[in-house]
Amino acid sequence: MKQILLPIDENQVRSLRAGDAISISGLIHTGRDKFHKFFADGGKIGVDFNGGALYHCGPVVIKENGIWQVKAAGPTTSVRENPYESAFIEKSGVRLIIGKGGMDDKTHDAMKRFGCVYVQAVGGAAALAAQAVKSVDGVDFLEEFGAAEACWHFNVEDFTGIVAMDSLGNSLFKAVADYSSKRLLELLG
Amino acid sequence: MRKPLDSIVELIRATSTSLASDVTCALKKALGLEKTNPSAKVVLKTILDNVKLAEKNSTPLCQDTGTLTFFVNSALKKKASPETIREAVRIATKNGWLRKNAIDSIDGKSYDDNCANGLPVIHYLDDVKGVTLLMKGGGSENMSRQYSLPDGTLGAGRDLDGARKCILDAIDKTQGYGCAPGIIGVCIGGDRATGYETAKMQLLRNLNDSSPDKRIAALEKRILKESNSLGIGPMGLGGKTTLLGVKIASCARLPASFFVTIAYMCWALRRRTIEL
Repeated sequence: MKQILLPIDENQVRSLRAGDAISISGLIHTGRDKFHKFFADGGKIGVDFNGGALYHCGPVVIKENGIWQVKAAGPTTSVRENPYESAFIEKSGVRLIIGKGGMDDKTHDAMKRFGCVYVQAVGGAAALAAQAVKSVDGVDFLEEFGAAEACWHFNVEDFTGIVAMDSLGNSLFKAVADYSSKRLLELLG
Repeated sequence: MRKPLDSIVELIRATSTSLASDVTCALKKALGLEKTNPSAKVVLKTILDNVKLAEKNSTPLCQDTGTLTFFVNSALKKKASPETIREAVRIATKNGWLRKNAIDSIDGKSYDDNCANGLPVIHYLDDVKGVTLLMKGGGSENMSRQYSLPDGTLGAGRDLDGARKCILDAIDKTQGYGCAPGIIGVCIGGDRATGYETAKMQLLRNLNDSSPDKRIAALEKRILKESNSLGIGPMGLGGKTTLLGVKIASCARLPASFFVTIAYMCWALRRRTIEL
């Protein structure tokens, strides 16, 4: 398992390959549907993503004794952010996109051009992901987007995932989809 | 004796934090089948570790605590009234067993207590036992599909084999997006609304049962086998198990309509019944 300590630079991210299991530590930021639309509409995010990680996640977070406690924090489906992500990668300098299901060719092209990888977290494995969050370093857009869509800043330790799309253009998803569509044709007869 | 409100709060907590035991067994079996694929092994192990941890900590299995759908026996309408169920949902949300998961579709505001127009979903029915709760996340709901036969692009005619082709196409289109390995509920026939409703209700069936109709039972078995030969695997990263279960029912239809409806459920099939 490769250890990733955030923030990371372009050389480090370009050394990752599709299929690598990685363990991430440092500050990661959540952002999903409303976050991306806000960004695409020209909104100011105000978070430094340079060398950092964006996590497609809508967590369960509650306040206990005045402290944010993360109860569940697995990934959400990334394809919904396809229309926005390439511009976000270009403008923000983000190095890791964490989510589930993978993203489209346009996004993958931006990953190749600017040095970024897509990390598949295990969908639904929300209790394990929450355990990796050691503290909440604040939240933005809580009022505007609601708790499930806000931009949470999570300090994580040993948050695990699999590099599924790398900066050379390799994609685990593509190989699987190519095989399954061929097999489907056989089954349709 | 517990009050109905307390029992329903506990039903929500238990459903959100623990996986149905037949599903856990099926996941363990799937892990046993993966000998060589490292991604599939890692994903299935992670899922099983997560199931254990969520149950131990009494925290949600998955952060998307989903659409809460209650199926209540009509005779229990007083004890498990809509008001009591909504109050239980409020309490469970406050305790962190449910995400703030209800959004106004017109202005985008969050209903922070999960009670809104149309949510939670409550069905009072004569032919169900006690109170059953199904929690189904949005990622899997987005993958549900409805086909209309005949479908020229699939070469699918108006018969059982046509239905089979639609179902396999739906599994291929879904890839890993719905958090495979999944479970599908299917309705052959019906109208557009009853098709989705009947398909979703098949998710309440135990994974080990099969349809009492022999023709449908054979189709369930065949589709399970063929889906797992697609190689999509856990989370779409490749592997031997793409589906854990296939549950099919049929409804009569109009001469003009022939719908095939697939309700896709992620591996985190959260369902539980209490007698009340």
